[in-house]
Amino acid sequence: MKFSEQWLRSYVNPVLNTEQLAHVLTMAGLEVEQVTSVAADFSGVVVARVCEVMPHPQADRLRVCQVDAGTGSLLQIVCGAPNVCLDAIVPCATVGAQLPGMQIKPAKLRGIESFGMLCSATELGLPAGSDGLLMLPTDAPIGMDLRDYLQLNDHAFTLKLTPNRSDCLGIVGIARDVGAMTGTQAKELPSVHVLMESNATVSIDVQASDACPYYAARVIEQLNPAVETPLWMRQRLERSGLRSLGAVVDITNYVLLETGQPLHAFDADCLFGGIQVRMATANESLLLLNGQTVDLSSDLLVIADQSGPQALAGIMGGSASAVSQTTTRIVLESAWFHPSAIAGRSRRLGLNTDAGYRFERGVDFGVTGTVLAYATQLLLDICGGKAGPVSEFQATLPQRSPVRLRLERIERVLGICMTPDQIREHLIRLGMRIDEHTDAWLVTPPSWRFDIEREVDLIEELARLYGYERVPATIPIAPTQMLPVRETCRPITQLLRLLAARDYQEVVTYSFVDSTWEAEFSPTHTPIVLQNPIASQMAVMRSTLMGGLLDVLHTNLNRRQEQVRIVETGRCFLREGDGFTQPQRLGGLAFGPVRAEQWGESTRNVDFYDVKADLAALFHPMPIVTRAAEHPALHPGQTAQVWVAGQRVGWLGTLHPAIVQRHGLPSAPVLFELDLTMVQIHPLATSGEISRFQQVRRDLAIVIDQSVSAQSLLDAMLAADVAYVTDIAVFDSYRGQHIAADKKSLAFRVLLQDNQKTLTDEEVEAAVASLTEMLQQQFGAQLRS
Amino acid sequence: MDNLDKIVEEACQAFAAVTQAADLEQAKTRYLGKSGILTAQMKLLGGLPAADRPAAGSRINQARDAISHALESRRQSLRAEALALQLAAEALDVGLPGRGIATGGLHPVTLARERIEALFASIGFSVAEGPEIETDFYNFTALNIPQDHPARAMHDTFYVDEQHLLRTHTSPVQIHYLEDHPPPLRIIAPGRVYRVDSDATHSPMFHQIEGLWVDETISFAHLKGIVQTFLQQFFERDDLTVRFRPSFFPFTEPSAEMDMSWGDGWLEIGGCGMVHPAVLKHVNIDSEQYQGFAFGMGLERLAMLRYGVTDLRAFFAGDLRFLKQFN
Repeated sequence: MKFSEQWLRSYVNPVLNTEQLAHVLTMAGLEVEQVTSVAADFSGVVVARVCEVMPHPQADRLRVCQVDAGTGSLLQIVCGAPNVCLDAIVPCATVGAQLPGMQIKPAKLRGIESFGMLCSATELGLPAGSDGLLMLPTDAPIGMDLRDYLQLNDHAFTLKLTPNRSDCLGIVGIARDVGAMTGTQAKELPSVHVLMESNATVSIDVQASDACPYYAARVIEQLNPAVETPLWMRQRLERSGLRSLGAVVDITNYVLLETGQPLHAFDADCLFGGIQVRMATANESLLLLNGQTVDLSSDLLVIADQSGPQALAGIMGGSASAVSQTTTRIVLESAWFHPSAIAGRSRRLGLNTDAGYRFERGVDFGVTGTVLAYATQLLLDICGGKAGPVSEFQATLPQRSPVRLRLERIERVLGICMTPDQIREHLIRLGMRIDEHTDAWLVTPPSWRFDIEREVDLIEELARLYGYERVPATIPIAPTQMLPVRETCRPITQLLRLLAARDYQEVVTYSFVDSTWEAEFSPTHTPIVLQNPIASQMAVMRSTLMGGLLDVLHTNLNRRQEQVRIVETGRCFLREGDGFTQPQRLGGLAFGPVRAEQWGESTRNVDFYDVKADLAALFHPMPIVTRAAEHPALHPGQTAQVWVAGQRVGWLGTLHPAIVQRHGLPSAPVLFELDLTMVQIHPLATSGEISRFQQVRRDLAIVIDQSVSAQSLLDAMLAADVAYVTDIAVFDSYRGQHIAADKKSLAFRVLLQDNQKTLTDEEVEAAVASLTEMLQQQFGAQLRS
Repeated sequence: MDNLDKIVEEACQAFAAVTQAADLEQAKTRYLGKSGILTAQMKLLGGLPAADRPAAGSRINQARDAISHALESRRQSLRAEALALQLAAEALDVGLPGRGIATGGLHPVTLARERIEALFASIGFSVAEGPEIETDFYNFTALNIPQDHPARAMHDTFYVDEQHLLRTHTSPVQIHYLEDHPPPLRIIAPGRVYRVDSDATHSPMFHQIEGLWVDETISFAHLKGIVQTFLQQFFERDDLTVRFRPSFFPFTEPSAEMDMSWGDGWLEIGGCGMVHPAVLKHVNIDSEQYQGFAFGMGLERLAMLRYGVTDLRAFFAGDLRFLKQFN
C-alpha cells in the first residue's frame, strides 16, 4: 500500500514529523517499507507565465522570453526548451533559487542576459511526464511558490501490510489506526447527500446472496467524457503509485485508495438489461479489462447482464462494458463481496488486482453505501452529470460477535500489567464496543476489523496500543531440566570435525538438483520432480549427495583449486510406495593430491584406499568391511558397499570413467555416501582384561588368484575363530615380477595372545597352520616362501 | 725415576693427540695395558732393593693414577666433541613447515547452528527435527493457514504434488513435536527450508531455527527475554537489545517481528509470537491451561552477522576459498 503523507494527514494529523509518523505506523504493525520525497529539495521556484517569446539572435535553439513571475516586472530569461510558447504557465527558478546541484544566478547566454530558468519536471526531481518544460494548469496563480502550488512538501509512504490488516488498505483506515495509536482524533469519510437529478435506474438481481450480501448501484448520466482529472487528485494518485487513466476511472481508484472500498464503473450503454450477481457457469468465459480471457467456473462470482458476464465480481471488470474515453453514462457499483467468495480466485487465475486483494482480505461492510454516495458526489463535482437513485440489494451482512476478554488473562499472556481504565480507553480508541461484566468484558469489534475473533486477538490489540516496544524482556522461571546426552549417538558436528581433521571441508549444496545429475547418479530411481522449480538446474529433489559434491568439485576446479576434499550432510529424497523417504546422509568427495605439495615428500593422487582409511577413522572403533559392488555412477572395479557391524551403511568408490570424461575432469575423484544415522552410532566402550602375557606376531604371506578379495580372506580367517588369534591385518599386497600374471601376493600380520599364559611355539605354530590350511582349502592359496 | 714423569707426560700428549675414541683405547693399552709401559715399570720393581720398592711402587701407582685420570678426561672430551659434532650435523631448520595433511573445517551455517543448539540446550531446550518434503497439512493447515488464506501468498511454495510441498518454514516441526509430546516442553528445530525466491538477498533454500516453549505461564515478555538473552549470548554482546514490532502470522497471536539493535539501527532477525490457540487445538492441547511462544530465525542471517559475510549466496556456492575462512 503506497500513499501520500499529506493525504493521510488530511484525515489525521498528529504532532509528529514524517520520520516519527513512519515509526508510529511501523509500531502499529503497518510496516513502513519506504518513505520517499515526492520532489527534489529545491527552493525559489514559482509559477510564471511566458509573456513574450523571441528568437535568440545568436542561437537557433534558444529563445529569449519575457516572463511574469509575479515580481511586478517582467524577467528576461533565455530558454532552450522546445515547448516554450507564449502564455505557457511554467515553473520559473528565479535568481537565487536553489535547484538540485545548482544555484540560479544572472547569466549571459550567447550574449543575451538571462535572469532565471524555466524548469522541466526532471530538473525539479519530479516524475517526468514528457520532455521540455513542465506545463502547469492555466489557472495556476502566477508568483505562487511551486512547492505550495503542487504540494511538494509531501512524501510517498509504502506500507508492507500483513493479510490481517485489510482495514488499512485505505487512507481512512490507516488514519483511524494512527489516531488510535497516538490518541489523536481521526476524521471519518465525509457523509454526503447526493442531489438526484435523474430518474434512470438499473435493476439488480442478486442470485448469490451469500457471496454478495450487499449490492448497490446507480446510473449517472450526461458525464463529460472530456474532462481532465484535477491536478490535486492526479497528484494523490501518482504519489500512491497509480497513473491517471481518465476522470471516471481515476475517481473510482481515488475512492478505493481513500476508503478501501473497491468500486466498479460500467459503461451503461454497453449493458443490456439489469444486473445479475450470480455464480458463473462452467461454459462461460469473460474477456477482462487487461485483455485476458478467463474460462469461468461455478465457484467464480460474476456481475452479468442479459448478454452474459460483464465482470469478475470483486476482482476485475470485463472489457466489453469498460468505461472508455467516450462514455457519458455509467452504472456505478459499490458492493460487499464475502471474502470466501473471492479468496484464492485471483491467485488461481494469475490476476493481481487492488479490488481482489481487498475483498479477499475483507472490506468494511459498514460503509458500502456511504462510499457510493461519496464517489457519486466526486463524479458530479468533476465530470458533471446527473445521478439517478440508488438500487440496492441487502441480505444478511456479517455480524460481529462479542469476544470475551478476561482482564487477568492479559497479564498472563503478555507479561505486562494494564489497568481497566487503560484497557477500556485502548479498546474504545479502536472502535470496539464494550459490555463490562464482573467476570469478563464482552468486546464487539467494528465492521472494518476482520481479525478479531478471539480473546488473544484483543490481547494483541492491547499490546499494540500499549506499545510492543514497551514489552519488557523477562526471563521465565522454570524447573531446571537436565537434557539427556546419548553417548552411543555421536552429534553430527563431531563426525564433521573428525573428517575436518582429515582435511575435509564441509559444504552445503541445494537439495534440488539438475535432473541430468539424477539420471547420471541415480538412474534407477524415479526422480521427485518439483512442479514449480526456480530453474531447470534445480528441478528435482536429490536422491544422492553425489551430484552436489561433484558440482562443488567443478566450482573449485574452475577456481584453480587442485586439492578438493569435501563433505556434506543432509537429507536425500526417495519415493517409497505412494510417499517419500527422506534419509539423512553423509557424503564426501576427495580429489587431487593425497596431501598438499610439501617439502621432503613426493605426492600422488588420492585413491580408494586413502578414503577407505578416512571411513575407517570415521567408524572407529567399529571395523568397516568393504565388499565389491556396482553403482551406476562409480567405477565398476573400484566400488564397494561399506558394511559396519553386519549392516550395509553406504557406498565408497571412484567416479565412473565415463562420467569423469563427460565432465572433463583431469582425474577421477573418490566418492562416498553413508547413512548418517548409522555413522552416528558409536558403541559404548566396555573395559576388558588386558593380558599380562606376551603378544606374538606371525606373518603369513600367500599367493592367490587376483579375483579373491583381501576382505574375503580376512573375513574367513576371523570367522575360523582360531584359538589365541586376536587380530589379523593386511600389511602387504603385491602384483608383478615373480608372481604369475593372474595371481597376487598378500601378506597378513597375525597377532596371537592369551590372557592366561605365555603361548608356546607349538601353540602359535598350530594356530598359524590352521589358518594356512583353511586358506589353502577354501581359496587355493599357496604359501609364499 | 724422572723416567716416570716423562712417561706420564708422554701419555698425556699421546692422549691429547688422538681424535678417535678407538685410537684413545689403543694409546691406553700402550701405557696401561698388560704389556704396557707402566706394567713394564712395575716388573722392574723386583730388581730394586727391598727398601726402595714401596716408594718406587707408590710412584708408579701415582703415575698410573695420573695417566688414568688423563685418559678419563680425554675420553670425556672426545665424547663431548663427538656429541657436539653429531648435534651440529643433526641440526634442523626449525623454520621449515611441518609435514602432514592439512585441516578442513565446518560450514559457517553449521557453526552457527551448533552454537545456537548449545546455547538453548543450556536452558533446557531439546533439538527436534522434521521432514523437508512436508504435507500441506503440516506446513499450512495445522498452523492455522487454511486453503485460500491470503497468508499463503506470504510463502512462495515449491510444490511436489497436490498434497506435498517443500516446507516453507520450520514451524511444521512444532506440530510434529506437539503431537507426540505433552507440555510442558521446550524445543528448537533447526533445518533447511525452501521458498520460490532467488536474488541477491534471497536463496531458494536456506536454514531456519524454530523455537517453541509451551508451559502454563510462558508469556510474550518471556519470549522477548529469551530471544534477547539468546542474541546477547550468540553475539557475545551484553548491550544487544531486542525490539518487537506488531506483525501477523496465522499460527501466533500476538505476533511480532523481532528486530535486534545493531550499530546505529535495527536489523530484522525473525518472526515470533504466542502460539495460536487454534494451533494448540489441532494437537489437542488445552489452550486454557497451556500457552507458550514460538519464534523462527534465519540461520544464514545470524551467521552473516556473526562472521561478517555479506553475500548470502556464498554459503551455497561451495567455493573452498570462502569456506576455509571459517576453519
